[in-house]
Amino acid sequence: MSGATMSAGTLVQLSYLIAAALFILGLKRMSSPVTAVSGVRWAGLGMLLATIVTIVFMGASRLDLILVLIAALVGGGLAWVSGKRVAMTDMPQMIALYNGMGGGAAAAIAAVELYRGGSANATHMTIALIGGFIGSVSFSGSLIAFGKLQGLITKSVRFGGQKLVNLAILVATLALGATIVAQSPAAAPVVSGFFVGALLLGVAMTLPIGGADMPVVISLYNALTGLAVGFEGFVLDNAAMIIAGTVVGAAGTLLTQLMAKAMNRSLGNVLFANFGETGAASGGTATGTQKPIEASDAGVMLAFSQKVIVVPGYGMAVAQAQHKVWELCQLLIDRGVQVRFAIHPVAGRMPGHMNVLLAEAGVPYELIADLDEVNSEFETADAALIIGANDVVNPDARNNRQSPIYGMPILNADKAKNVIVIKRGQGQGFSGIDNALFGLDQTRMLYGDAQSAVSQLIHAVKAAG
Amino acid sequence: MIDGVIALYIFMLAAFTGYEVISRVPVILHTPLMSGSNFVHGIVLVGAMVALASADSTLARVIGSIGVFLAAGNAVGGYVVTERMLRMFVSTGKNKGHRP
Repeated sequence: MSGATMSAGTLVQLSYLIAAALFILGLKRMSSPVTAVSGVRWAGLGMLLATIVTIVFMGASRLDLILVLIAALVGGGLAWVSGKRVAMTDMPQMIALYNGMGGGAAAAIAAVELYRGGSANATHMTIALIGGFIGSVSFSGSLIAFGKLQGLITKSVRFGGQKLVNLAILVATLALGATIVAQSPAAAPVVSGFFVGALLLGVAMTLPIGGADMPVVISLYNALTGLAVGFEGFVLDNAAMIIAGTVVGAAGTLLTQLMAKAMNRSLGNVLFANFGETGAASGGTATGTQKPIEASDAGVMLAFSQKVIVVPGYGMAVAQAQHKVWELCQLLIDRGVQVRFAIHPVAGRMPGHMNVLLAEAGVPYELIADLDEVNSEFETADAALIIGANDVVNPDARNNRQSPIYGMPILNADKAKNVIVIKRGQGQGFSGIDNALFGLDQTRMLYGDAQSAVSQLIHAVKAAG
Repeated sequence: MIDGVIALYIFMLAAFTGYEVISRVPVILHTPLMSGSNFVHGIVLVGAMVALASADSTLARVIGSIGVFLAAGNAVGGYVVTERMLRMFVSTGKNKGHRP
């Protein structure tokens, strides 16, 4: 009997070891576009192996086994359908949603342990508490992030003394956590209060953060969920969870830093100072008036250029114009125009998001260049075509010390001989900062929705003969 | 049973591994990568299942079931969206040869 239990236990541990190895291998293979898809499949195989072996050997009663299967099939089924259907533009909020679910699951594991009153081991309890706390914050925070990006929550709730309120929630929650460790086993209401406090903190932290900063926040919550999973792995003696959770925690932290750096913000700045506040306070130095242009004229200008650099932004993504943009570029390429796509690190809603959208439209890799590659090329370009991008081409980031985005690396579209900006209206962009590029002598504004504006350009280029 | 100090070693080595693996990823793959790492922490599913299987009260069963539901959503959803995004990169890679 005990021999059989031992070998089953060893088998489970071995499957976790293989799964952990496959996760790391998978993440490594995701570092190159060519091997990336095989990377996620290897990781998926590891997940499948660990899941099946766990179900077979976890020794659940019939009732619990049925509950496990129902819950897993419903949760997995809903995620499968939503994941298959979601549009590429909505990817960031779906990642936030799935990530929040993971955080919630880690919190649920902690809750089961803590309500049980579990082990008398204080270290054990503390680790379960920390994981539960982080998981809960990540869960409710990610749901708010999802709601904001999905357009379900449109206001950024801000009020005086907000940070004090958040601090009060944090202190109260930590005090309840300390009580749980001290009492051990703690009364159920204390445990409930602890989780309510942590969930509330996630909501309160995320509500005041503006939409432009959301990718950094989602990335942070991704790292936090990883950490929470790692902590609960300690509680459950599960090496696969410890390794996978910690790897994601470290990787996610690095990714969050990279994103914040690309936006020229510190993480503390994103979390505790809100973009709208600093942005609206000091206006830009937008001199000169915005000069409109007709699509027909803009089309002719593009058609007779030798080199055109396209700068796509989120405006292109929301208008679903990436296919039209590629159609336009193919026309230009057929005419012998040299076309390049210039991608800012934070174009779209997340680093790399724009590349996914362009890949979806079928734009080949070698036409896509990132900031460092392409910035020297603007000087030789006859035209820069800005489609729904704003802050990432604002020369104030280079020239104007008063600008809130001063110091942010930008695409030097203002160095091109001509600049055509496709923009919905005359208003300010997402961040509410004036753009000095729009008032320059060589800049012409093509007002309209990106989809229809690019369609008009296609007609104009075709008519140019 | 994982000994306390051994656990700390695992923690430390895994943290360095995560940092090193990610630091070589190009910017263009950051969104799929965030999604991919989001999938990887879906391994919380095995923990949620074990927690539910060890439940000894109705409350624990309810919370455990919610945990399994959420974890399965994390794992499956994370996989599906990551795979969809990365497949597009493969197809553009193949298109390379057809460009003029």
